[in-house]
Amino acid sequence: MRFTKDWLDVHLKTKKNEQEIIDKLNGIGLEVEKVEPVKNELSDFIVAKIIKAGKHPNADRLKLCDVNIGGMNNIKVVCGAPNAKDGLLTIYAPPGSTIPKNGLKLEISKIRGETSYGMLCSESELNLSNETDGIIELSNKYNNKIGKPYFQGKNNNNVIELSITPNRPDCLGVRGIARDLYASGYGDLKEIKKIKFTKKTKHNLKVKIEKNSNQACSIFGSCLIKNITNKESPSWLKERILALGLRPISAVVDITNYVMFDLNRPLHAYDLDKIKNSIKVRNSIKGETLKTLDNKTYTLKENMCVISDDQGALGLGGIIGGVRSGTELNTKNILIESAYFDPTITRKTAKELEINSDAKFRFERGIDPQSVKDGLEMAAKLIIETCGGEVSNFDIQETIKQKNNKINFDTKLVSRTIGINVKDKDIIKILNKLGFETKKKGKNIEVKVPSWRPDIFGEIDLVEEVIRILGFDNIKSIEPEKNRVKPTLNFYQRHFHLAQRSVASKGYYETITWSFSDESINDKFRENYNTIKIINPISSELGVLRNSLYPNLIYYMEKNLNRGFGDQSLFEIGPVFKSKKPGDQITIICGIKKQQHDEDGSRKNNLDVFDIKRDLIQTLVELGVNKDEMSILDKSPSYYHPGISGSFHSKDSKFLFGYFGQLHPKLTNHTYGFEIFLENLVNFKIKNKKNKESLILSDYQKSDRDFAFLINKETKAQLLVEAIENVDKSLIKDIKIFDVYEGKNIPPDKKSIAIKVTIQSDNKTLNEDDLTSISKKIVKSVEEKTGAQLRS
Amino acid sequence: MSEFEKKVIEYKERINNSKNSEEILSINSEIFGKNGIINYEFKKLGSLPHEEKKKFAANINKAKQELTDIFKAKSIQIQDKGIIEKVSKEKIDITLPEKDFKIGKIHPISQVIDEISCIFSEIGFSVEEGPDVENDYNNFTALNTPENHPAKDMHDTFYLDEDMKTLLRTHTSPVQVRTMMKGKPPFKIIAPGRTYRSDSDQTHTPMFHQLEGLHIDRNINMGHLKGCLNYFIKEFFEVDKIKMRFRPSHFPFTEPSAEVDIGYRLENNKIIIGEGDKWLEILGCGMVHPNVLKNCKVDPKKYQGFAFGIGIDRLAMLKYGIKDLRSFFDCDFRWLNHYGFDPLDVPTNYRGLSR
Repeated sequence: MRFTKDWLDVHLKTKKNEQEIIDKLNGIGLEVEKVEPVKNELSDFIVAKIIKAGKHPNADRLKLCDVNIGGMNNIKVVCGAPNAKDGLLTIYAPPGSTIPKNGLKLEISKIRGETSYGMLCSESELNLSNETDGIIELSNKYNNKIGKPYFQGKNNNNVIELSITPNRPDCLGVRGIARDLYASGYGDLKEIKKIKFTKKTKHNLKVKIEKNSNQACSIFGSCLIKNITNKESPSWLKERILALGLRPISAVVDITNYVMFDLNRPLHAYDLDKIKNSIKVRNSIKGETLKTLDNKTYTLKENMCVISDDQGALGLGGIIGGVRSGTELNTKNILIESAYFDPTITRKTAKELEINSDAKFRFERGIDPQSVKDGLEMAAKLIIETCGGEVSNFDIQETIKQKNNKINFDTKLVSRTIGINVKDKDIIKILNKLGFETKKKGKNIEVKVPSWRPDIFGEIDLVEEVIRILGFDNIKSIEPEKNRVKPTLNFYQRHFHLAQRSVASKGYYETITWSFSDESINDKFRENYNTIKIINPISSELGVLRNSLYPNLIYYMEKNLNRGFGDQSLFEIGPVFKSKKPGDQITIICGIKKQQHDEDGSRKNNLDVFDIKRDLIQTLVELGVNKDEMSILDKSPSYYHPGISGSFHSKDSKFLFGYFGQLHPKLTNHTYGFEIFLENLVNFKIKNKKNKESLILSDYQKSDRDFAFLINKETKAQLLVEAIENVDKSLIKDIKIFDVYEGKNIPPDKKSIAIKVTIQSDNKTLNEDDLTSISKKIVKSVEEKTGAQLRS
Repeated sequence: MSEFEKKVIEYKERINNSKNSEEILSINSEIFGKNGIINYEFKKLGSLPHEEKKKFAANINKAKQELTDIFKAKSIQIQDKGIIEKVSKEKIDITLPEKDFKIGKIHPISQVIDEISCIFSEIGFSVEEGPDVENDYNNFTALNTPENHPAKDMHDTFYLDEDMKTLLRTHTSPVQVRTMMKGKPPFKIIAPGRTYRSDSDQTHTPMFHQLEGLHIDRNINMGHLKGCLNYFIKEFFEVDKIKMRFRPSHFPFTEPSAEVDIGYRLENNKIIIGEGDKWLEILGCGMVHPNVLKNCKVDPKKYQGFAFGIGIDRLAMLKYGIKDLRSFFDCDFRWLNHYGFDPLDVPTNYRGLSR
C-alpha cells in the first residue's frame, strides 16, 4: 500500500511530521517498507551518456547511438540532432514516457530500418526553454548521475510504502491508515462530507444477482452517469495515481482507482453503451471465455462469479473487467459498479485462473460491505466534477444482509495476556477511536465490530487492538527463571549430537545438503523405496525427496574436486525419506571419503575399505555399542561395490547399524562411504541397556602365542576369530590378525592367516603345560570349525 | 698397605681416568670378573686362620663397595657424555611441516543449533522434533490458517500430492501442534529443524532452518515472552546489553503477534549488535492463539502462553559474519573449512558458547 503525506492529510488533521508518522506506523503494526521520492510525469527522463554516436546505415542525417542509461548494457537510440557525439551527457526518454511539449507517448519504433529504444531530448521538448536546436548538453557534474532522473529533487514529496499484513484490509485504503493514526493519538480523523447531488436521473438498466450455489456476490450497487466527456485527469489526480505507482489512463479509470486506494473501495466502470440490455451477476458456465483488460483470454470453469449482459460475460466479479465493455477516452455513458464479493470464492477463482489484480487483492482480504454507497457517491461526484454528466439514482441489489459482529469482552483478558493493567476507560477509548461501538454489559463490555474489520472475531482480537495501539514498549519484561524440570535432550537426541561430533572428529567435514535430489541420480540409490515427487519443485534437479544421502554428497564432492580439492572427507547427518507419509523418515549419518588419484600414478592411492570400516566401527563404539555386540555381514545395497562392502548388525541380526564399503565404480570412482542408521542404533541400546562391568585386573603373567593357518580363500577371517574366542573365554583375552598372505608357497585356492592370541588367567600364573593344552584346543577348534590347517 | 690395597687405589684411579665405555668395561672385568682382583682376594680367605677371616673379608667387601660406587658414577658420566655428544650432532630443521592430522568440522548451522539449545536449556526448555513432511492440517489448519486464506500466500509451499494435503513443512510451528497433541500442559519446548519454501534467489533458499519456541502454562503472558527473548538474544550474541524492539505484526497462529528487531550499527562493514540506531528483523512471536490451543486439545480458559519462530540461518550469518545464505548449502570445502567449527567446541553452559 502506497500513499503520500498530503494524501493522508485529506483524512487526518495532524501536526506530526512525516518521520514521526513513519515511526508511529511501525509501532502500531503498519510496517513501513520503503520511503522514496514521489514519481511525477518528469521522473521518466533520466541522465544518459552517448557512448558512441555512429552513422545510421540508411540515413545521412541520422545517427545510431549507443547510449548508457545506467545499466550494464547500452541501448540503441536513433537521433537526428547534429550535436549528438561520443561522450555527450544528455537526457533520455524511455519508451512509454510522454513528451511534455506535445503529449506524444513514445514507443519502440523503427526509424529507417533501425530500432530506436526511446529518444534523446531537446530543451524545448521538455518545456525547459524554446531551444529546439539539438539535444540537451549536460555538464560533467552529471557524470555520476547517469541512470538517475534528471528532475529529481524538484519535488520533495515522498511516497510511503507499507507492507500490510493480510488481516488488515481496511489499511489498504488511506482512510484506514488515518484512522489507526487517530486512534494512536496522532491527530483527528476528518469527517467525510455528505455529498448531495442536485438532480438524479433514473437508473434504467436492469441489474440482478442470480441465486446460484456459492454465489460470490451478495451486494451489487451501481449508478449510471450519462453525457460525460472523458478526458485526461487533472494534475492533482495524476500525481496521486503516479504516487501509487500506476500510470494515469483517463479520468474515469483514474477516479475509480483513486477511490479504491482512498477508501479501500474497489469500483469498476463499464461503457454503458456496450452493455446489452441488462446486468446479470451469475455463476459461469464451463468453457465460457472472457477477454480481460490485461489483454488475455481466459476459459472459465464452472461456478466462477461473472458480471454479464445478455450477450455474455463482461468481467470476473471482484477480479478484473473485460475488454468488451471497457471505457475509452470517447466513452459517453458509463455504469459504475460497487459490489461485495466473498473473499474465499474470489480467491479461489483468481488462483485457478492465475490472475492478480488490486481488486482481487482487496476482495480476498475482505472489503467493507457497508462502503458500497460511499464508493458510488465519491466516484460519481469526482466524475461529474471532471467530466460533467448526470448521475442516476443508486441501484443496490442485496441478497444477504451483512450484520455487524458483536463480542462480549471480558476486559480482564487484557492484563492476563499482556501482563500489565489497563483501565477499562482506556480500553474503551482505544476501541471507540478505531470505530468499535461499546456498551457496558455487567462486568463486561459489549463490543460492536465495525464493518471494515473482517479480521475481528473474538476477545483476543480486541486484546491485540488494545496493546497494538498502547504500544508494545509498555509491556514489562519478566526475567526467565533458571529452572530445569526436564532433560534438554532425550536419549535419541543425545545420540544425534554425539554422532555428529564423533564423525567430525575423524576428519569428516559436516555438510548440510538439500532434502531434495535429482530423480535420475536418486534412482541409483533408491533401492526398494518409492520415488517421492515434489509436485511443484524449484527445478527438475531438485524434483524428488531424497531416498539416500549419497546422491547429494557425491554431487558436492565432485564439485569440490573440480575446484581442485582432491582429498576430502564429507558427511551429513539428516533425514532420508521412505515415503510421503509424514514421519516416515529416518536419520542417517553418511560419510564419504576420496583420495586424489593421479592419472600417471605419481601419487599412490592408499585409501582402502578398511579406513572406512575403522571410521564406522569407531563411531559405533563411541556411540556406545561394544565391538562384541556387533557382527558383520557381506551384504550391502546395490550402490556399493559387491565385493568390497559389508554391513554391521547386532549379534542377533535384529538391528542393522550400518553399511560401509567402496561405492560402486559405475556410480563414482575411488570413493568409499558408510551409512549409520541412527534410530536402529538407539533402539538397540534401549533394548540392551547395560551397566559397565566392574573391572578385574589380573596381575598374573600373560603369554602370547602365534598361529598361522592355511584356509580356503573364501572363508572369512571372522570365522577363525570366533572359533578361537569360543575355546575359553576366561583365558583368551585378545585375538589379533596380524598378517594375511596369498601367493608363493601357498596353494592357489588358499590363504594364510597369522593370528596372535593373548592368554592370561585371572587367578594363577599359567605354566608351560597349561599353555600347550590351550594351544592344542585352539588348533583343534579352528581346524574343526573352519577346515583350516595349522601351518608348520 | 697391602698389595690389595695398593691395587684398589690403582683401580680407583684407572676408573676415574677411563675415557669411554669399552675402557671402563674392561676395567670392570679386571676387578669384578671371575679372575678379577676381588675374587682373587676372596680366594685367600680359605687359607687364613679363623679369627682373621672376618676382618679380612670385611676389608674386601668395603673395597668392593667403594669400587662399585665409583664404577657406577663413572659409567653414568661416560654414558651421559656419549648422549650429549650424539645429541649435539642431531639438529633438524624444525620449520619443516608437521605430520598430517585430520580433524573434521561441524557445520555452522549445527553449531548454532547447539548454542541455541544450550541457552534455552538453562531456562528449562527441552528440545522437540517433528517430521519434514507434514499434512496440511498440522502445517496450516490447526495453526488457525484456514483453507483459501491470503495468509497462506506468505508461504510458498512445496506439495507432495495433487490435492495439496501432503507438503514439506513451511515452518517449524507444526511441532507445536504435535507436542501439544501428544502431551499435557505445561509445555516448554524449542524445536529446531529444516523448513521448506519454494523460493530461490539471493536471499532465499528452498530449504532453510527455523527454531520454534513454545511456552504454555497457567499464567504465561507477554512479559514472559519479552524476558525470554531478551535473555536469549543477549546470551546468543554474548553481549551485556541488547537493544530490542517489538513491532505489532500478524501471524494466524499467535495473537497478539509481534516481529522483533534488534539494534545494530555497522563498523568497517561489520555488524555490531546491541548498539547503534539501525534495526534488523530477526524473529516473529506472539501469544498462542486460543484457536490453536483449542485445536490442540488445550483449554484456553486455563492455559495460555507464547510461541516464537527464529530463522537459524539468519542468526548464524549475523553472529559469524557470513554474507551469503546460499553458501550454507553449497558444501564448498574452503567455506566449510573456514566457517566450520572444531568438533571439540561443544557449546556448554559452564565453559561458554564459543571459544
